[in-house]
Amino acid sequence: MGNGTSIGRVRGHGSAHSGSHHWLLQRYTAFGNLVLGLWLLGSLVTMQDYTFETVATWASSPIQALGLMLFVISTFWHARLGLQVVIEDYVHEPANKVIAMVLLNLIVFAVVAAGLFFLARLQIVGTATSVSGGMVKAAMQSMMGGR
Amino acid sequence: MLVSILHRVTGNGLAVVGMAVLLYWLGSLSAGPQAYNVFLGHASAWYGKVVLVGLTWAFFNHMASGLRHFVLDIGAGYELKSNAAWSVFTPLAALAATVLTWAVIVIK
Repeated sequence: MGNGTSIGRVRGHGSAHSGSHHWLLQRYTAFGNLVLGLWLLGSLVTMQDYTFETVATWASSPIQALGLMLFVISTFWHARLGLQVVIEDYVHEPANKVIAMVLLNLIVFAVVAAGLFFLARLQIVGTATSVSGGMVKAAMQSMMGGR
Repeated sequence: MLVSILHRVTGNGLAVVGMAVLLYWLGSLSAGPQAYNVFLGHASAWYGKVVLVGLTWAFFNHMASGLRHFVLDIGAGYELKSNAAWSVFTPLAALAATVLTWAVIVIK
C-alpha cells in the first residue's frame, strides 16, 4: 500500500460510508419537496385573489404556516445537497472547493433562518395589520405597556 | 442527456431564483401591506410574470425528471425503449403542466 498517490492512500480502506447518507437525504428531501411543493402550488393556484388580506390570513393560519416552514427547510436542504454535487463536479482546486462549500453552507443556513424568521414574524406582527389580527395587536400593545 | 442537463439547470434555477422570490414573498408579507403591494407590483409586471412562469416550468420539469430518477433508483426503466420514451415524456409533461397551471390562474 503506497502513500505517495491519492489512490494509494485510500486503497484498502473501503468506502467512507457517507456517500449513501448524502444520496438518501437527497431522496428524502425530494419526497418532502414533491408533497409540499404540490401543496403550495395548488394552494396558490386555487387562492381566490392575491391581496395582502387573503395571502397573509392564509399564510399565518397554523397548518399553512407549519407547511411553509417545512417547505423552506426541505427545499433548501435539498438545494444544499444538490449544489454540493455541482461544486464537487466543477470545482476541483482544493482551496476553492473548501471556500465554495463554506459559502454554500453559510448562504443556505442564512436563507433558511430568514425564511423561518419571516414566517414567525408574520405570526406575531403580520396578522396584527390584517382584519383578523386586531385582537393580537391589542394584546401585544397591552403586553408591551400599551402605547 | 438533455433530461439530465435540464434537471441540473432547473435545480440550480430553483435554488437561486426560486430562493430569492420565495424569500422576497415571505419577507414582504411579514413586513406588512405596503411592502407586500410593492412585491405584488413586481410580480404582476411583465418581467415578474416571466420569472413566475419560468419558475413554474422549472418546478414541473425538475419534478418530472426527479420522479423519473425515483423510478430509475428502484432499478426499473433501464430498457432502451422505455428509458428513451420517459426521457421524451418528462419535459413534455412539464410543459403541459405549466400551461395548465397558468391557464387555471388566468381563467379562474
